Amino acid sequence: MADIAFLLLIFWLVTTTIDSDEGIKRQLPPPVPEDLVDVPPVKEQNVFNVKVNFLDQLLVEGEMLDIGQLKDQAKNFLVATGDGVMAHPVGRNTVGKSREVEFITGANGKTNAAFPERVWVRRSELTAQIAQYEGMMAGASEVQKRNYQKLIEHLNEKLTAIELFGGDYKELPGSALISMQNDNNTSYDIYLQVQNELQSAVNELRDELSLAKFGKTYRELEDAYDRDSENMELLSKIAAVRLVYPQRISEAEPREGSAYY
Amino acid sequence: MGKFKKGTKRGMGAISTASLPDIVFMLLFFFMVATVLRTEEEKVRVIRPEASELYKIEKKHLIRYVNIGPPMDNRYGTEPVIQLNDAFSGVAAIQDWVAKERLTLAEAEQSKMWVSLKVDKDTKMGIVTGVKQELRKASALKVLYSASSRERTGSEN
Repeated sequence: MADIAFLLLIFWLVTTTIDSDEGIKRQLPPPVPEDLVDVPPVKEQNVFNVKVNFLDQLLVEGEMLDIGQLKDQAKNFLVATGDGVMAHPVGRNTVGKSREVEFITGANGKTNAAFPERVWVRRSELTAQIAQYEGMMAGASEVQKRNYQKLIEHLNEKLTAIELFGGDYKELPGSALISMQNDNNTSYDIYLQVQNELQSAVNELRDELSLAKFGKTYRELEDAYDRDSENMELLSKIAAVRLVYPQRISEAEPREGSAYY
Repeated sequence: MGKFKKGTKRGMGAISTASLPDIVFMLLFFFMVATVLRTEEEKVRVIRPEASELYKIEKKHLIRYVNIGPPMDNRYGTEPVIQLNDAFSGVAAIQDWVAKERLTLAEAEQSKMWVSLKVDKDTKMGIVTGVKQELRKASALKVLYSASSRERTGSEN
C-alpha cells in the first residue's frame, strides 16, 4: 500500500511545478496608426521624463539619477500643487510629509514650479457645470445627449470624491503624465525596476491618501472590492483616490542605437 | 505471594508502520493541491527580475505565457530567443500565435486574455520591445511582466 502511495507521490513531484503568476500589470496602448495627425506639444513641466540608456543609466528630467532616488522624484512630481505650497492636494490639511519644491526659470524669464500646476476641483463649480450641461441636454440630439450624459457622470464622480474627502481637492492637468524612454540595448532588469519604482510611487501616494481618509490602504480597498463586486461604496472610494493620483505611466517608442550621450 | 513471571525479553519495540500510507497520501494530496501540472517544458533560461508592485492574476486560465531568454541548450546559441508554448519562434510569429490562443478561450473571455511575459533579466530591450509591438498590433493589450517578489525601496519622501 505504501509502495503505491510512494509511486504516485514521486510521479506527481516529477511532473508539476509550484508556479507563480505574479507580475506587474500593464495595459499596452493600442497601436499607433500610420497616418497619425501631429499631436500638439505638451507643456514641458507637465511631463516627467525618464530616460534609460544602453549602460542602464537613468536620466530623470535632465539629471542623472540613481534608481533608488527615482521613486522620490516621481512622488514630488505627482504631489506638487504648483503654487509652491507642498501641501497634500486634498483639503486644507496636510496629509503626509512636507516635500521640497523646486523652481525653475524658463526661457521667457518667468519662474515656475518645475512641476504641473494642479487645478482646484470645487463643489460649487462642479454643480454649476452639471446644471449647465443638463440645460444643454434639453435641446440636443440623441448622440449629443449621450455625450453630455457621460460628461455629467464624470463630474458626478468628482462630486462623490469631494463628499468622501470632506472637501475640495486639486487635480492634475489632463496632459500631465510620466513618460519613460529606453534604448534597444537597455537591460530588461533596469527597465522593470524603473517601471516598478514609478508604479511604487503612485501606489504609495494612493495608500497614504487612502489611509488618511478611509483608514485602509488603497490595495486593501481593491482587494475588498475584488471579493465584493457589488459594493458601490468601495468602488467610489477607489475611484476617488484614482482621481487625485491617476496612473499615467506611458512609454515612448524606443530609439535605434543609443545616441543620448 | 504470587509468582511473578519474569518479563518476557523483548528487543527495542519496532515502530509500527501501519500509518505510513496515510502519511504518504497526505503528502501527495498536499502536492496535488499546491502545484500545477507543468504545461510546457522551459526551453529558455529565465531568471526573473525582482519587483515589489506585484499583482496576482486570479483566473489562471486566462493567462498565456511568452518566455524570452537564452536557450537552455547551448547548441542553439546564447542570443535570447522567444519561446511560445513549446517551440522557439520569431517576433513575426506572435500575431498568429495570439489569434490562435485567443480561440482557446470562450467568446466572452477573449478580451480578458492576459499575456505573461517571462523575460530573463539580462535580456536587452530590443527583443522585448519587438514582442510588445506585435502584441499591440494583435490587440493583446493586457500584459503581465512576470517578476519575483521583493520589498519596496525605502523612501525619504
